[in-house]
Amino acid sequence: MTIAPPEVAPATTTGQLLHFEDVAMTFPNGTTALSGVDLTVNRGEFVTVVGPSGCGKSTLLRIASGLTPATEGVTQVDTSRIGYVFQDATLLPWRDVQSNVELLAELNGVPKAKRRATAKQAIDLVGLSGFEKHLPRTLSGGMKMRTSLARSLTLDPELFLFDEPFGALDEITRERLNDELIKLFTEQQFAGLFITHSVSEAVYLSTKVVVMSGRPGKIVDTFPVEFPLPRDPEIRFTAEFAELCGKVSHALREGHH
Amino acid sequence: MTTTPPAPLKNRTLMRPATVKKSRSKTMTWLPPILVFLALIGVWYAITYLVLDEKRRFLMPPPHEVVAAFFDPDTLSEILVALGRTTAVALVGLAIAIVIGVVWAVAMSQAKWVERSLYPYAVVLQCIPILALVPLIGFWFGFEYPARIIVCVMIALFPMVSNTLFGLQSVDPGQRELFQLQRANRWTVLTKLEFPAALPAIFAGMRISAGLAVVGAIVGDFFFRRGEPGLGSLLSTYTARLRSAELFATIFVAALLGVAIFALFGWIGKRAVGRWYDFSA
Repeated sequence: MTIAPPEVAPATTTGQLLHFEDVAMTFPNGTTALSGVDLTVNRGEFVTVVGPSGCGKSTLLRIASGLTPATEGVTQVDTSRIGYVFQDATLLPWRDVQSNVELLAELNGVPKAKRRATAKQAIDLVGLSGFEKHLPRTLSGGMKMRTSLARSLTLDPELFLFDEPFGALDEITRERLNDELIKLFTEQQFAGLFITHSVSEAVYLSTKVVVMSGRPGKIVDTFPVEFPLPRDPEIRFTAEFAELCGKVSHALREGHH
Repeated sequence: MTTTPPAPLKNRTLMRPATVKKSRSKTMTWLPPILVFLALIGVWYAITYLVLDEKRRFLMPPPHEVVAAFFDPDTLSEILVALGRTTAVALVGLAIAIVIGVVWAVAMSQAKWVERSLYPYAVVLQCIPILALVPLIGFWFGFEYPARIIVCVMIALFPMVSNTLFGLQSVDPGQRELFQLQRANRWTVLTKLEFPAALPAIFAGMRISAGLAVVGAIVGDFFFRRGEPGLGSLLSTYTARLRSAELFATIFVAALLGVAIFALFGWIGKRAVGRWYDFSA
């Protein structure tokens, strides 16, 4: 999955993949979900957006993916290889793990042998080898999410969008998946835009934390995160980590009038 | 990635401690209906021998006479031949209802305007008393096999339409977006997402329609007696000749046919989607 076409620059070089300028979103019923959002995601970056529920975080992803067009502002997406991991695993219950992971390639008309191999690799990457023949109903929440992650990995995405993917999982599973996600990010060289309402998850995962306030959603603060990659799980217990979490939480509360 | 694999499902069932409890609960599921059945037989005998005097006993012949009538070789072959024909009409009618119902629902699911144009007629079909139309159908299509099939289809159609439509429309929005993100076309969404997702609802509809198809076949028979009629016409013959034991036997056979077809389609549904969906049989 690391095979990138030659024209794609490696993740270490900078280069913009997603750029929002003064983006606003007003729904037909008059609700303003976002206003004046400026946000850039470059190659090699993992940007996390934290904010209270209902602040338009998910709308941001929907705009980035093209599911919903913004009502105002400039949205620039410089890649067609976009992975999107939903809040729910959205697996098709009648397909087993293998064929769920193959789905996107199948929809894109990739020949059977090739998509089978790609899916196999992705399943290995998320640690689900041996579960290929399992149906979603027999999987735990964490394993469903891994399957969903593997499914997006088959697209070999340059930009990976995550909409609170681990929100419904227990703390232990969530932390483990965080570790694995950051490992994938380091190895696979995609850029990430991750939505969450967990401050520690945001700080742990990202190279940049963006804090949003609610109604209408706008960006109130941005914090670079400079812990080395791949992250040592132990940094969660350091003073620097706690301090940064404190700052982010503070900004969240400030923005939440 | 160190995930502990979940225990295979079979082992999980083994972990249930109480086999005793399970067998007791099995008794508890079977015992009440059996008791009700025995009570009904008791009431039946009571009516036959205590309520009805001998001259009027033909109104409700005792159960053993019904059983005896059924096993009379002439009656038995008469009933079985009729049963075969009714079953054939019901199955052909059901098959047609399934095809028309699914196509109708798929057409409606593809565009709101099609749904708005066609759904009212599905409801009308459901609401009009088919019996009122039956003479007209005989008038137009003759009083033989085709008319019987048409009545059967009309009675069995609605659940197929409404269930299929419901199934197609209840696809999870997230799954829809997943397809939308890959720019999947309508046909792909229909065949790879909507239709498979609708299968449990389609099979549930099939089971209801199957029961109705039996009703339809018997109703059709009852009115259209030319050609090779089935149980319906046998019912009216026995009624006309006051052969009440045979009449009762035929009624039970018709009831059993309904139950059997309902159960058969329950089983088919379970086989088809039970792997991933809790299809209650």
